[in-house]
Amino acid sequence: MPYVIERKPLTLLERLYIPQIIAGMRVTLKHFVSPNVTMEYPEQRPAIPAGYRGVPTLVMDPNGREKCVSCQLCEFVCPPKAIRITPGEIPADQPDRAHVEKGPKAFDIDMLRCIYCGLCQEVCPEEAIFLQNQYSMTGFTRAEMVNDKARLYELGGTLPDEHFKWDKKKAAAEHGNAH
Amino acid sequence: MNTIVHLWNSLPLVPQMIIKGLAVIGVMFPIGGACSLIERKVSAKMQGRPGPNRAMPFWFAWVPVLGPFLQRLGLFHLMADGAKMFFKEDSLPGHVNKFYFLLAPVVAMIPALTTVTVVPFGAYLGDGGQLVPLVLANLDVGILAVFAVSSLGVYSLILAGWASNSKYPFLGGVRASAQLISYELSMTLSVLPVFLWINAPGGTGSLSFFHVVQAQSGTGLSWDGAWFIFYMPVSAVVFLVSLFAETNRLPFDMAEGEADLVGGFHTEYGSMKWGLFFVAEYSHMMVGSGMFILLFLGGWNPLPWLPLASLVGWLHHVTGWAFTVAPVFVGVLSIAIFLGKVLGFIFGFMVVRWTVPRFRYDQVMKLGWQKLLPLAIGNLIFYALMIAAIQLNLGWPTYLALTAGAIAALAIGLIVPRRQRAL
Repeated sequence: MPYVIERKPLTLLERLYIPQIIAGMRVTLKHFVSPNVTMEYPEQRPAIPAGYRGVPTLVMDPNGREKCVSCQLCEFVCPPKAIRITPGEIPADQPDRAHVEKGPKAFDIDMLRCIYCGLCQEVCPEEAIFLQNQYSMTGFTRAEMVNDKARLYELGGTLPDEHFKWDKKKAAAEHGNAH
Repeated sequence: MNTIVHLWNSLPLVPQMIIKGLAVIGVMFPIGGACSLIERKVSAKMQGRPGPNRAMPFWFAWVPVLGPFLQRLGLFHLMADGAKMFFKEDSLPGHVNKFYFLLAPVVAMIPALTTVTVVPFGAYLGDGGQLVPLVLANLDVGILAVFAVSSLGVYSLILAGWASNSKYPFLGGVRASAQLISYELSMTLSVLPVFLWINAPGGTGSLSFFHVVQAQSGTGLSWDGAWFIFYMPVSAVVFLVSLFAETNRLPFDMAEGEADLVGGFHTEYGSMKWGLFFVAEYSHMMVGSGMFILLFLGGWNPLPWLPLASLVGWLHHVTGWAFTVAPVFVGVLSIAIFLGKVLGFIFGFMVVRWTVPRFRYDQVMKLGWQKLLPLAIGNLIFYALMIAAIQLNLGWPTYLALTAGAIAALAIGLIVPRRQRAL
């Protein structure tokens, strides 16, 4: 509902204008001597708050094993189609992952397409893809802006894991109940 | 030292004048450039950011303390800006009137550099303890010369706006012409009381700035030791506001109007042609603040009731060094005091710039014609009557009655016209 704001007529002192300007100049001078509010970027970096959605990365579990099982859910959910996964088998020389069904042969995220929406992280059933705190992503060529699997793991590093899903599955399988 | 003085005195007049002029320009230009840097730094500080502090020639980083300090100061941004302006492509749009388009920046520089000649920027003790002004041309018509020449500055804005042949420069030019003409009136009227005061009947009259400063150089607690700002505050305020309008500074930057006119009259200009407008604007600012200081703030006198001559005498008395009364020392000291005041004043320009919001164009016109002009006229009448009363020795009751009348008139003027909205 519209309503009318009562505007008080200016007092004589306000209409003289000069006292008001002087008061304003005092405020300006106060800002002049107060410390800067900006950050000198390349030297000083802001503290990244928890839950920040930076560059999407792939992470390993605490035992240094690849978590991604190349289910391709992130590829399907990705709105700008920035993710491209080539599924592959688990290599034979990794016995500690032998019970895992699949792994990605190639995993590319095109950072020129990525919109940092975080849907890939949300959809991942393995908690293998995380948007972490890297906020500055630059390159001189288009090819440089495509993060391949090695680069994604390099950026992602290792995150703590609470579930060790595939260890549990393996233990369960060894006890005879396949589910 | 003596040989140099001798050599200098043996020079013919014309080379002497040329050297003096070049010396003044050689000081003006760097200060003008430094003002643009100071403006950027001060603006930044007022907005809570560090301002330009990156540019540096790589080899300068090897200089231990000075290098990083100058880098933080942003000194090299100034040089980079200047160099950029010199080497940028000097584009000439196809739709402009080429002759007037090229003429306008030149016309802008002429009044900016000409007005400097009659503004004294210091004084030294000549033979017999007489103060001699340091000025390129100590014209007897001083203030008239400044007003006459500086009002030519508006032609450059009109020429630039008109010759650019596009709408924003055109609007900027039209606004500039209207604004400068309206405020010139109040400006001129506001300084008349000063000259009425110092040219009281009976003495030799003069309109030179030196004469004005001399009239503010009294010692002790005498009447003429006080600066004019103390007993002509209204004149000072009107002059100051008109000065802001004349120099196209915020809150009166109608002619440039970055917010609504892109760049106003200089929208179509680039590289050094734009740079010339820029330098001209800063020169106007410096000459304008110099004028204000000479007229109302005691020129090169360090403090009210403490003129330069007393300061130098006191220094000589305390230290006992002979050089403290040497013309060179006194001259440099007076220039330092004067320049310090000018720079302080320019800082004031910047504080106002980041404090007062821009006026709308109709508000600018209203302030000029409906507020400042009547105020200046009333002020002139008051001081004319007051000076007449003092000349006729009518006594304190008359003076007080006149002052009361003036204050009453001011109050009526403030309270009565309430029909239009307050500015």
